Amino acid sequence: MNPILNLIAAIGAAVLNGLGFIGELAIFAATGLLGVLTPPYYPRQVGRSLMEIGFYSLPVVSLTALFTGMVLALQSYTGFSRFNAESAIASVVVLSVTRELGPVLAGLMVSGRAGAAMAAELGTMRVTDQIDALTTLSTDPMKYLVAPRLLAGIIAMPLLVVIADILGVLGGFLVASLKLGFNPNTYLISTFSNLRQDDVVSGLIKAAVFGFIIALMGSFNGYRSKGGAQGVGAATTSAVVSASILILALDYILTQLLFTK
Amino acid sequence: MTPKIKIRGLKKSFGPKTVLDGVDLDVMPGTAMVVIGGSGTGKSVLIKSILGLVTPDAGSIEIDGEDVLTVSRSRAKQRRAQIGMLFQAGALFDSIPVWENVAFGLLAEKKIPRKTARHKSIEILAQVGLDATVADLSPAELSGGMQKRVALARAIASSPKIMFFDEPTTGLDPIMGAVIDGLIVDCVKTLGSTSIAITHDMASAVRIGDTAAMLYNGKITWTGPAATLLTTDNPLVDQFTHGRREGPIRMALRK
Repeated sequence: MNPILNLIAAIGAAVLNGLGFIGELAIFAATGLLGVLTPPYYPRQVGRSLMEIGFYSLPVVSLTALFTGMVLALQSYTGFSRFNAESAIASVVVLSVTRELGPVLAGLMVSGRAGAAMAAELGTMRVTDQIDALTTLSTDPMKYLVAPRLLAGIIAMPLLVVIADILGVLGGFLVASLKLGFNPNTYLISTFSNLRQDDVVSGLIKAAVFGFIIALMGSFNGYRSKGGAQGVGAATTSAVVSASILILALDYILTQLLFTK
Repeated sequence: MTPKIKIRGLKKSFGPKTVLDGVDLDVMPGTAMVVIGGSGTGKSVLIKSILGLVTPDAGSIEIDGEDVLTVSRSRAKQRRAQIGMLFQAGALFDSIPVWENVAFGLLAEKKIPRKTARHKSIEILAQVGLDATVADLSPAELSGGMQKRVALARAIASSPKIMFFDEPTTGLDPIMGAVIDGLIVDCVKTLGSTSIAITHDMASAVRIGDTAAMLYNGKITWTGPAATLLTTDNPLVDQFTHGRREGPIRMALRK
């Protein structure tokens, strides 16, 4: 066949595959969300997923937020001290953490921890016939396995981000007051006087969306995995990579949508 | 007599590979059918098609005269509730204890209280020779034979009218295999169920089955009493059951 036609055929096949993948993902997401809204409900599964996504991710998210706040204070000082704007450090730290770094870094960490675990668990269930077994036991796997994880992702991430926000600000406060010589009271007043409700709310909206994305990509990749241990490994990698990229891409889109001057 | 399960012209391909190529099979009520055949010949696909886990490309599957491939989703779910399935590797749910695995179908279908379900599952575990001490263990804490028994307990928990067994003795030593076979026969007879088992284990096939069928090249090539599996003069069955290298069955070692 003509090499040009071969190339066009290959591009066409790739586009069709990509569209097929997007369609499959959209149907999976819609079915999962429908499962959240319609009975039967599985509160035990939701509780278990909340523990997996939220509680067990708490240490890694907390440490990430704390150190990020500390680094942010140091780096801001380096820059701002060059034009005598050190007083802006508290505002920069709190706005950066609540609007941006809290949700994004928590999202990336939760994706690496809980998203990977989710994909591995569902992938193992798929290749060991446990998902088929659910169907034979009159249980819809989408409602039993996927819907609770989606709901837990949407609930757990904002809660984690609230804690990440507090610890990020605390990290900045500790460095500013203990290392950089700021007056603690002045720093705190400066922090809260420049913080508005929509700064926090926009971060929490992002967190809920990221939580949904992490649970969706973890569930989707695990649910479709095949081919034994290698397939489960590939699904896990794919879940983390796709969720991380989507978090970063959606972060920009959401920032644009929630942008306030 | 009308077959409990009637399969006609069942076809299924995965990409270029044709797995089932016009399967015709009748399973009479209250009988135990054993399907034998080489690895990758579509035995599991056949069972999964009847269960609705795989959608065939063509053909019909009737249970009690009703084509299960054309019924509504809710009716298919009702049908599925009357079927028990023992998966090859047990397919027990790792995240919940043994008793909840056994009672899973009861909790899902009949919405009975958890306390009652636990009590019921301990009774069912006793039927497969396991005592109450295993009820609160995780499936991962059990041996392979015990896991198989728990999986069997789960399969019979809702007293199904039809039962499927996918390689019930795989991975078990011969004695444990015979124990599982004995339990399967007892359970099927006690419940009066119709069953289909697929297996490579000829001793197991003879023990479990009333009738047997051989699946080869996507078609049923032989049916007969399970007791004659080892003595039939059908060259395909003879080669397979005696594990002869020479004969009409050619194994594709390389593609």
